[in-house]
Amino acid sequence: MPQLGFVLQWVVKALAVVLAITILNFFLIRLAPGDPAVVMAGEAGAADQQFLDQVRRDFGLDQPLAVQLATYVKNVLTLDLGQSFRTGRPVADMIFERLPATLLLTGTAYVFALIVGPLLGAIAAMRPRSVFDSLLMVVALVFYATPIFWVGLLLILVFSVQLGWLPPFGMQSMIPVKGALAGTLDVIRHLILPAVTLGLFYIAVYVRLTRASMLETATLDYVKTARAKGLPEWRVATAHILRTALIPIITFAGLQAGHLVGGAIVVETVFAWPGIGRLAFDALFQRDYNLLLGVFLISALMVVFFNMVTDIVLRIADPRIAGRA
Amino acid sequence: MRRRTTMGLIGRLMAVVFALALAGAGAARAEPQQGGTLNSTLWPEPPGIVIGIHLNAPTLLPSSKIFEGLLTYDFALSPQPMLAESWEVSEDGLTYTFKLRQGVKWHDGEDFNAEDVVYSLTKFIPEVHPRSRPTFARTKVTAPDDHTVVLTLEEPYGPLIRSFDVIGAPIVPEHVYNGSDIRENPANRAPIGTGPFKFSEWASGEYIHLVRNDAYWLDGRPYLDEIYYRFIPDSASRALALETDQVHLATQNDIELVDVARLAAMPHLEMTTKGWEWGAPISWLEMNLRREPFNDVRFRKAVMHALNREFIRDSIFFGLAAIPTGPIHSSSPFYTDDVPTYEYDPEKAKALLDEMGLEADADGVRAKIGLLGLPYGELWDRLSQYIRQALGEVGVEVTIETSDVAGWGSRISNWDVDMSTTYLTTLSDPALGVARSYITENQRKGVLFTNTSGYTNPEVDRLFAEAASEPNEDKRRELYHQVQKIVADEVALAWLVELQWPTIHSAKLKNVVRNGLGPNDNFAEAYFEE
Repeated sequence: MPQLGFVLQWVVKALAVVLAITILNFFLIRLAPGDPAVVMAGEAGAADQQFLDQVRRDFGLDQPLAVQLATYVKNVLTLDLGQSFRTGRPVADMIFERLPATLLLTGTAYVFALIVGPLLGAIAAMRPRSVFDSLLMVVALVFYATPIFWVGLLLILVFSVQLGWLPPFGMQSMIPVKGALAGTLDVIRHLILPAVTLGLFYIAVYVRLTRASMLETATLDYVKTARAKGLPEWRVATAHILRTALIPIITFAGLQAGHLVGGAIVVETVFAWPGIGRLAFDALFQRDYNLLLGVFLISALMVVFFNMVTDIVLRIADPRIAGRA
Repeated sequence: MRRRTTMGLIGRLMAVVFALALAGAGAARAEPQQGGTLNSTLWPEPPGIVIGIHLNAPTLLPSSKIFEGLLTYDFALSPQPMLAESWEVSEDGLTYTFKLRQGVKWHDGEDFNAEDVVYSLTKFIPEVHPRSRPTFARTKVTAPDDHTVVLTLEEPYGPLIRSFDVIGAPIVPEHVYNGSDIRENPANRAPIGTGPFKFSEWASGEYIHLVRNDAYWLDGRPYLDEIYYRFIPDSASRALALETDQVHLATQNDIELVDVARLAAMPHLEMTTKGWEWGAPISWLEMNLRREPFNDVRFRKAVMHALNREFIRDSIFFGLAAIPTGPIHSSSPFYTDDVPTYEYDPEKAKALLDEMGLEADADGVRAKIGLLGLPYGELWDRLSQYIRQALGEVGVEVTIETSDVAGWGSRISNWDVDMSTTYLTTLSDPALGVARSYITENQRKGVLFTNTSGYTNPEVDRLFAEAASEPNEDKRRELYHQVQKIVADEVALAWLVELQWPTIHSAKLKNVVRNGLGPNDNFAEAYFEE
């Protein structure tokens, strides 16, 4: 039952945070110089006063800022995210069209990294300064330090241009494949390169984090006691060291999960992946306020939700946290 | 010996001519082939695909395959039939009569007729099309019968005959739009046109798919079965897609200029810079004439002499540009090169600055000014850096100011800059695309693509107005020649380069660029050669 109270408390706090973020974003966006109507005129390569007035009227930009904010918040509370300035389409439609693609890409990369990263990190930590450890640390550093777009382009050059094994961009073939199974396989083929590109970056982070955390935990007294009891090394590593060492990894993974929505802009750009990161990026440059606020709202909800999940998982992993709370 | 060599040469030449003639005959015999899927890049993803409601470059490419205009234009911008099979302009230039093509059907099966044209020119365009609104506000449009449309004017308007292309005057279905809120009409997401390709699907973030219109009015056309416009955000990825034959067509700014020569040299690709005659883009350095020292023509001339435009053309635009002489693009029928010109001559620039009394201080600086560069990527950044360096060499210290597109547009339209770089399409007629940057009455604060530099000259205003309302083409040409001389002499803007946008396409893809609309043609004649 205390867990339920915790969740309820969390939901109330979360809603307040999301509302505060929405209001803050509303003002922050408007601080950026540039009038959406002028941007739209610029894109069209044509403008007259009638056009500018029309755009401002259509999207309420001719109203005082307080009225604009009140209207926006009222609409959001009734789950209406408004219309995109640029396309005139409902923002919610535009976001939910793109959200699955982003979640598929970032989710795959994330799960892949969460399995492989801590595993490799743990193996390296068990044999510090071995050849495997040194090599792994160098490779992890390389992938961590190399710009992600560059890794993506290199993978395209090797696996698409040179070897011709995998498609270089998009989420499905140029001419969409017919049939559910064939269609799924087609998407998986397209997913491999962008997910690996993004995953390599995440893995590099988890490898280093797990190794450092395990090495630090290994020096603690209770580990020495476990060894002194005569427990086999693999049992010391998994049951004693890893469990404690997982705390920072869970914290980091939770924080990262919240950024799954907007965290893949670069990969989405290089691989022409039809996700939400790119949508937000373009919306920013086009001063498409409604679309941008919509993406921010979804992103804020994700961050808040995953923070809550992380807190719950941490309380399970380390009961002392619940005790402190 | 000499005679034998000459004879041998003649023989070889004849053999070559014969071979070429044979090859030509072979080519002439080669029939266009039916079928095939064209994959084209398209970036950025357009906000919509109904021309008029949206006029962004990526809207035009797919939309021009779905919709058609009454006319189209050849490379010399002379009118050619499209939905109108013939037309007549009265001698006084006040009446335009169009005979419409019969047997044309909309993609939903309805018949196309004169009512559609009347609706498009009197309701649709005035409501949504900011560029053509002023043009058709001058006309009264009537339909004496189902296949005749008559436009009457109160006074002649020279550019009207070049205003009927699919971009300037798209013809939309009256039965779909009439009585509805045009901007909210569901057909905007699934447009219905008369063109050779029908809208099939728009996968957000991925592609727009068009399919062959089997009921197209021109028998046997189009040749292609379908077109995919694929959204590829990264320019390196677009180049790779062309390189690997995944896409067959890229145009305008799709490919970074640094990549163009490499791709054009590939045996499976071809490149042309033709097909942008209707757009005729010119890039310039705009000086705010409301501020010192730009309000002194000697300073503007000094700037022109300080800039090495051959260098800009060759090193910044990789040769994909030409040097303009004034406000009108060299592909325009109204162009003249008989104007004052400004060769690269820093000494002359310094002499002009001396004459102004702009003496160099201890650091060699005569004036300090800001430059707001066009935020369209690295190429434009390099251009700003070159301008800073070139003007620095004559003692003008330039501070480069940066912004994103929104900030750039906002500052320029509010006249809040010293100097800025930009480019603008000068369109099919100077009255449509050139006058707007020079005439006094078009100084409209807060509105982009108006006379933002603040240039004003009553004589130029008069000449532009007279040329616009002059029905006789030769007289118009003479008036525009006068405009070019004055404006070039006063350096209203520092014209840098005429942009030559490359269209790179698969060598197997034929008839891509056939007229002045280039990649914005309807592609009815495009086909793949196996």
